[in-house]
Amino acid sequence: MIEWIHPSLVLIVGSLLLAFLKGRLRQAWMLILPVIVLLLILGLEPGLYGQFSFLGLELTAGRVDRLSLVFAYVFGIILLVGAIYALHVNDRIQHVAAFCYAASALGVVFAGDLVTLYVFWELMVITSVWLIWRRQNPVSYAAGMRYLLVHALGGVLLLAGVVVYYASTGSIAFDQIQIGGPAFWLILIAFLINAAVPPLHAWLADAYPESTVTGAIFLSALTTKTAVYTLIRGYPGTEILVWLGAIMALYGVVYAVLANDIRRLLAYHIISQVGYMVAGVGMGTLLALNGAASHAFTHILYKALLFMGAGAVIHMTGKAKLTELGGIYKYMPWTFVLYMVGAFSISAFPLFSGFVSKTMVVEAAAADYRPVIFLMLLCASAGTFLHTGLKLPWFTFMGPDSGLRPKEAPLNMLIAMGIAAFLCIFIGVYPAALYAILPGPVDYNAYTTGHVLKELQLLLFTGLGFFLLLKHVGGEAKISADTDWFYRKGGRRLVGWIGELIVGINRRTRTRVSELLAAQAERVDRKHGRDGKLARSWPTGSMAMWTAVLLAALLLFGIR
Amino acid sequence: MAIVDLMPFSVLAPLIASGVVALLPGRFWPWAITLLAAIVATVIAALTLPAALESTLSYPFGNWPPPIGIEYRVDAANAFVALLVAGMAALSLPWAKVSIDREVPERQGAFYALFLLALAGLLGITLTGDAFNVFVFLEISSLATYALIAHGRDRRALLASFRYLIMGTIGATFLLIGIALLYMMTGTLNMADLAVRLPEVQHTRTVDAALAFIVVGMGLKLAMLPLHLWLPNAYAYAPNFVTIFLAGTATKVALYVMVRFIFTVFGGEYSFTVLPLAIVLMALGVAGMFAGSWVAMFQDHLKRMLAYSSVAQVGYMVLGVSLFSAAGLTAAFLHMFNHALIKVALFMAVGTIMYRIGSIKLQDIRGLGRQMPWTLTAFALAGLSIIGVPTTAGFISKWYLILAAAEAGHWWLVGLIVITSMMAVYYIWRVIEAAWMQERPAGSPAVREAPLALLAPTWLMVALNFYFGIDTRLTVGASTAAAEALLGVGGLMP
Repeated sequence: MIEWIHPSLVLIVGSLLLAFLKGRLRQAWMLILPVIVLLLILGLEPGLYGQFSFLGLELTAGRVDRLSLVFAYVFGIILLVGAIYALHVNDRIQHVAAFCYAASALGVVFAGDLVTLYVFWELMVITSVWLIWRRQNPVSYAAGMRYLLVHALGGVLLLAGVVVYYASTGSIAFDQIQIGGPAFWLILIAFLINAAVPPLHAWLADAYPESTVTGAIFLSALTTKTAVYTLIRGYPGTEILVWLGAIMALYGVVYAVLANDIRRLLAYHIISQVGYMVAGVGMGTLLALNGAASHAFTHILYKALLFMGAGAVIHMTGKAKLTELGGIYKYMPWTFVLYMVGAFSISAFPLFSGFVSKTMVVEAAAADYRPVIFLMLLCASAGTFLHTGLKLPWFTFMGPDSGLRPKEAPLNMLIAMGIAAFLCIFIGVYPAALYAILPGPVDYNAYTTGHVLKELQLLLFTGLGFFLLLKHVGGEAKISADTDWFYRKGGRRLVGWIGELIVGINRRTRTRVSELLAAQAERVDRKHGRDGKLARSWPTGSMAMWTAVLLAALLLFGIR
Repeated sequence: MAIVDLMPFSVLAPLIASGVVALLPGRFWPWAITLLAAIVATVIAALTLPAALESTLSYPFGNWPPPIGIEYRVDAANAFVALLVAGMAALSLPWAKVSIDREVPERQGAFYALFLLALAGLLGITLTGDAFNVFVFLEISSLATYALIAHGRDRRALLASFRYLIMGTIGATFLLIGIALLYMMTGTLNMADLAVRLPEVQHTRTVDAALAFIVVGMGLKLAMLPLHLWLPNAYAYAPNFVTIFLAGTATKVALYVMVRFIFTVFGGEYSFTVLPLAIVLMALGVAGMFAGSWVAMFQDHLKRMLAYSSVAQVGYMVLGVSLFSAAGLTAAFLHMFNHALIKVALFMAVGTIMYRIGSIKLQDIRGLGRQMPWTLTAFALAGLSIIGVPTTAGFISKWYLILAAAEAGHWWLVGLIVITSMMAVYYIWRVIEAAWMQERPAGSPAVREAPLALLAPTWLMVALNFYFGIDTRLTVGASTAAAEALLGVGGLMP
C-alpha cells in the first residue's frame, strides 16, 4: 500500500488523459476522476508526506492537518460538482485547464513550504486563465490578459517575499509569518491580491463575468479561497486584516448595487463574502478563525450554486444583463428554485448554510469587542440579501416580462446545482457536520434565539425596503468604474502617452545602439572574423616565436 | 599476472596489425583488420583499468629489469587515458568506413596502416614508463599523424600538415631536450627511477630548464594557447575521420604526458615552486578558454569552429591542472574523457553533413535541419553537452572544475567558466539557427538523410554523452584515482 499519493498529481495526470478522450468516454472520465480524487482526499490522515530535498531545500509537498483538510474537502466537492455542471461542454482545453486548476489549488492547500506553495500558486494562475480565455471572444481575451498581468505581479511579489523570507530566516517552512520587514509585506500583498482585497480586487469583478459559464464555478471557488487559506495559515491575528476585511465586505456590496451583469453582481459578492473571512482571519480568535474556515467552506458551495444558476440563465438565454432579463421563472422553474437556495444561503437565512458560518464571524467580532466591525459586517449582510436574494432574482426570474422563452437548463446542470443546494440546506439544518471538520474545536451554537431573531429582523426589513424602493434599485446598462479604471480608462490615456514616449525613446535608442553595435560588430568582424587576428593560423614563424617566448618566460621567472 | 603480460599487447596489437594492413589490398579488409586491432586494444585497456586501479602494474620488456630495461608502468592515470584512446579509436572506426571510402578512395591499406601506427604510438606514450620511450612513441604517432592529415582532399591539407610537422617537431625536440637534460643529470631514463633520483639534483638550473622545455614542448602538442596555432588548420583540412580521432585522443595524450612529467617525474611540489606553473598555466588556460571560444564564435567553417572550441576546452583542462589539487586534476582528467566524447560526437555529426552536402560552411547548411533531421539533432544534443547542460557529460566535468575552482578559493574562475559556457551556447546556437530556422537557399539540391552507417555511430556517441552525464561512476571514479596516483597517493612513487 502506498502511504501517500498527492491528489494533485493524480488529478494532473488524470486530466492529461482527459485530453485524449472523446464523447461518452470523456464524460465518464470527467465523473470518475473527481470521485477518485475526492476519495483520496477523504482518506488522508493528518501528517507530513511527500518530503524531499531539492537543491538543498527541504520541500514538503503534503502537509495534511485539519486546516488544510477543510479546504481540500470542499475543493474536492466543488471539483465533482463543477465537473457534472460542465459535462455537456465539448471543450477539452477548458476541462483540462479546470482540472489542473483544481489540482494546483489542492497543491497550494497541501503545500508545507513556501517554495511548493509558490509553484502551485503560479500554476493556478496559468491554468485558471484558460477558463476565461475559452469564452473565445475579444472581451474575455482582454479580461483574461488583465487577469494574467495582475496575478503575474502577485506571483512575483510572492516569489520576492519567499526569497527575502528565506534569506532572513533560513527556513522555507510555511507557517505563521513571524518576522516583520519586507518579507512579511511582500507575501501578505501577494496573498491579498489573490484574496481580492480592495484596492487590489478589481481583477476579480473584471475577469469572472467574462469567463466561460462553467469555468466561473471553478474560478469562484478556488482562487480567493486558497488565498483565505494561506492567510489563515500565515497571518492569523494581523490587525490590518480586520479593517481590510470589513471594508471589503461593504465595498463589494456597494459595487454590487451598480452592477448590471448578473455574474458581475455575483463577483462583487465574492469580494464581499471573502471580506468576512479576511476579517475573521484578522481577528485571529479561535471562533473567528473557525468562522473564516467554515465561511469559506459554505461560501464555496453557495457561491458555486449562484454562479451555476446565473450560468444556466446565460447558457439558456444568451443574455447576462439585468435590464435584458426578467420573468423567466415560469420557463426555468428548477433553476429558479435552486438559485434561491443559494441566495438564501448567502443571505444567511436560518436553516441555510450561510447562516451557520457567517454569524460565527459576526459573533466573533462581537465577542472581540469590535462594535464598528460588527456593524459594518451586519450592514454588508443586509446588502448581500438585497442584491443576491432580492434584486438579482427579481429582475432575472420575476419582474417585468422580457419576452424571453428559454427552456429549462440541461439535466447535468440541474443535478450539479441540486447537489450544491442539498449541501447548503444540509449544513444549514445540521451544522454539527461542518463544525466537526473545522480546524479548531467549536463551541458555538448558531441557533440561539438571539441569532435567529437578529438575522430575521435584518433580512425582513431589507426585504421591505427593497419592495418599497423597487423603482430605484434596478440595474442600469452602464459600466461602473472601479479601481480597474486606473488601468482600463485613465490608464489607457496615460499608457498611451507613456507608450508614445517609450516608443520614441526606444526608436531613438535602438537606432543609436544598433548603429553603435553594427559599427562594433564590423570592427570585431574585421579583427576577429574568419581571417581575424586571433584566427590567423598560417605563419609558422609566429608559432615558433610564441614557443620561444613561452620557454623564455618560464625560464626567466624560474631562475632562483 | 595474466593481465600484466597482456597489457603490452594493447600497443602491440595495432603495431603488428599496421604491418599486416599495409599489405592488404581492397577496401574492406584493411578496415576490418584495423577495427579488430582497435577492439583488441580497447578490450585489453578495459581489462587493465580495474587492475591498475588496485595497484600499479609493471611489465619489463625482454625481462630486463627496470631501470636498466624498458618497462611499461601502468597506474590509474595512464590506464584511464589508454582506455580513452583505444576506446575512441574503436568507436570512431565504424563511422570511418563509408566516409573514408569517399575521402580516401585509393590505397586504403596504407591509410589504415598509418592510422594504426598513430594509435599504437599514442597508446605507447600512454603506457610506457620510460621517458625516452615516450619520445619515440611520440615521434611514431606524430609522423603517422602528419601523413594522415595530408590525406585530406582539400589541397590546403598539405600545407596544414606541413605546418603541423614543423610545430610538432619543435615540440618533440623540446621534449627530447628536456629528457636529455634529465638523463645528463641523473643517468637514468626510467620515470620511476627519475622520480627517485631527481631530488638529489633538484637545485640545479639544468633540471629547471628540463621542466621548462618539457612543459613548453608538450604545451605545443596539447595546443595550449598561444601554442595552438597548428591545430585549427590541421583539424579543419584533415579527412573527417582523422579529425575525429585526433580530437578525441591526440591532445589528451599530450596533456597526460605533461601532467605525468610535472607531477610524477618532477613532483608537484617541485614543479609548482620552481617554475611559476600555477600562474602561467592558469593564465594560459583562462586565455585559451576565452580566445578559443571567442574565435569559434566567428567561424563559418564548422570544423574550424569546433577546432577553436577544442582550444577552449583544452583551456579548461589546463586550468584544472593549474589548481594543483586533487579536485583540479580530477576535473582535468574528467574533462579529458568527457571532452573526447563530446568532440567525437560533434565532429561525427559535422563529418556526416560533409558527407552529404560536400561542404560545412555555415551558409551551406541553411535549412538543412528539415532534410537531415537525425544528423542535426545529434549535433544539437552533443552541442548541449559542450555547453554543459545538466544530464550531459559536459556538465559533469564543468561541475567538477567549478567545484575545484571554488575549493581553491578562486570564485572568479567560476564566473569565467560560466561566461565561456555562454560563448559555447552562442557558437552552437549559430549552427542550430542556420540549420533549423533559415530557409534552404533556392537552387540547392535536395539532400537525403545520411546513411545509417554514419548515423548509428554518431548517435551512439551522443548516447554515451548522456550516459556519462548520468552514470558517472566509471569516469569520476577513474579520474579521482588518476589524480590520486599522480599526486603520489599510491602512484608511481615508491
